[in-house]
Amino acid sequence: MKYLVKSSVAALALALGANAAAAEGKLVLYHWFEYMPQEVLDKFTAETGIEVTMDTYDSNEAMLASLKSGAIGTYDLAVPGDYMVAIMGNQGLLDTIAEGELKNKANIAPEWADPAFDPGRMSSIPYQWGSTSFAVNRDVYSGNIQTTDILFNPPAELQGRINMLDAQGEIMAMASLHMGIPQCSSDREQLKALNAMLQDAKQHWSSFNSDTAKEVLVSGDAAVGQIYDGFAAKAREEGANVEYAYPVQGYVAWMDNVVLLKDAPNRDNAIRFMDFLLEPENIAAVTNYAQYNAGVTGVEAFLDPDLASKPEKNPHANAGPGIFIEVCDQQVQAVYDQIWTNLKK
Amino acid sequence: MAGGAASGGSANTDTYKEARTWLLLPAWVTLSILVLAPVGMMLVYSFLTKEFRGGVVWEFSFAAYDQFFCDRGLFGDEPCAIEWTYVTIFWRSIWQAAAATLLSLAIGFPTAYFIATRPERMRPVWVFLITIPYWVNLLIRTVSMKFLLRDQGPLNDALIGMGLIDSPLHIVNTNFAVQLGLFYSYLPFMVLPIYAAVERYNFSLSEAAADLYASKFTTLRRILLPAVKPGVIAGCILVFVPSMGSFLAPDLLGGAKNFMIGSLIEEQFKGNAGNWPFGAAASMILLTMVLILLMLFARQQAKAEKAEG
Repeated sequence: MKYLVKSSVAALALALGANAAAAEGKLVLYHWFEYMPQEVLDKFTAETGIEVTMDTYDSNEAMLASLKSGAIGTYDLAVPGDYMVAIMGNQGLLDTIAEGELKNKANIAPEWADPAFDPGRMSSIPYQWGSTSFAVNRDVYSGNIQTTDILFNPPAELQGRINMLDAQGEIMAMASLHMGIPQCSSDREQLKALNAMLQDAKQHWSSFNSDTAKEVLVSGDAAVGQIYDGFAAKAREEGANVEYAYPVQGYVAWMDNVVLLKDAPNRDNAIRFMDFLLEPENIAAVTNYAQYNAGVTGVEAFLDPDLASKPEKNPHANAGPGIFIEVCDQQVQAVYDQIWTNLKK
Repeated sequence: MAGGAASGGSANTDTYKEARTWLLLPAWVTLSILVLAPVGMMLVYSFLTKEFRGGVVWEFSFAAYDQFFCDRGLFGDEPCAIEWTYVTIFWRSIWQAAAATLLSLAIGFPTAYFIATRPERMRPVWVFLITIPYWVNLLIRTVSMKFLLRDQGPLNDALIGMGLIDSPLHIVNTNFAVQLGLFYSYLPFMVLPIYAAVERYNFSLSEAAADLYASKFTTLRRILLPAVKPGVIAGCILVFVPSMGSFLAPDLLGGAKNFMIGSLIEEQFKGNAGNWPFGAAASMILLTMVLILLMLFARQQAKAEKAEG
């Protein structure tokens, strides 16, 4: 019944929207690729008459570089990961949402309402959260995969058939877990060991690629792929016999967040879109598409029933901790950059 | 008339002398805005201090060039030793670009010769056919190349089907794949200048050589090649220069495992490093190398013209 009412309201809005569209203006999103279902944007346009334009990026760093080289002021909203929200906040790239501006702010799940990367949610709302670890093709390797050795010290069957994400943060965090050292460690011996370990592991890797992380698993080009949980589930559904691992050493946890950018040209529309994404039904549609998790209370009723039971969403009993990527200080980051250059020179 | 102006190049009469300044103005304005200004900006940026996580601080600094030439260890606090990292990356790029250029020449020269020796009315059709694949975006062509070459792709399937090989050839994510990608990306830049040169070549010279008992190979080496040399050199430069700075082929076909100059520079702006002055410095060093190459070519051309009288 509730659904019926909602859809008739939507239909009514659609009829009205046709006239309203021109008057209500625009919204410009800067978003990850393959992460926003078109029907959610269409629904927003139908309800509000606001036309949505979306550009995409393939890494947090690429988005930051683009904004800093002059794109700030072009976009209203972006969707950075947890650590990048903190960086953008420090760099003054975010606008503050005043108390009471977001009508649906109370819908944010309590555990995500006051995160360390944006205390009090002054500039952001949750988009999706999930994990990054790796998936292994079970036709190629049938042994134990619940260890980071699969990436950094692989068994013979998997050597030379590993695709890594082309992302420094994800690789450094995973490597730190593998070695049992803290992230952003400033201990010289630990950093030297990290450098040496990565140099040694690289000989077993066939490529670094984020955009095609899923495709290389589906096509069989790679037998192991460092990958996000939702992408692994999609790879499995597209026919690859892959299993997503939750290593005993731990894995990377992340949350992507919709942030209000400084100098947003359509600030009011941006706030409306944030409110729209805090409606359980709407953010559930994103979750059903992307196959991660929403940070909004009350989404359960709208979720695809199969989603909760997917193996990618259910860490086994011995899984290590899920850790967020930390933001290193300038000195340690300089060493990380040097290690990264050494890795790819 | 048109042919004379194109090949002579040093006509004494200047029909448009009065209007010259005005006629050149649009070209100068365009070049200044689109070429000189960005290059000037890069030059300035390369001498500035880097801002943490992208951007520049307006303070003069040699740090970017120091990083390029000085190896100061993992922690950046050792005395300056010779830095081989970036030399290696530049050398790899030069080598890859040279291989792609040779490959293009090997395929491009016979192709251009073939087109130039077709009946006159058929030549535009052949040139048109050469350009068709290039209506598609470079990114899409490079990705398609990856699909063709992959372990379970059509190329390996066909070779296995014909019984030529037993297990798939690993081509994707190798240096050879990068060379193939560069070769395919820039082949028309080799074919078209050589075609233009061969088309202007007077084939009765070849016939005369044959009448004087020159073998076919000698005719090619002593008569045809010297006559079309400017076209060949222009083609080589047009393939070599963009190949050296390319980052699509190394990233997609080479697996992004080893930086080429283009990907190294891209990383400084788009990647985690966020070191804009260093990216600018690497660009300036690349630009300088290319300029030296072009000046050597120009000098060699001038010498050749002098020798001809």
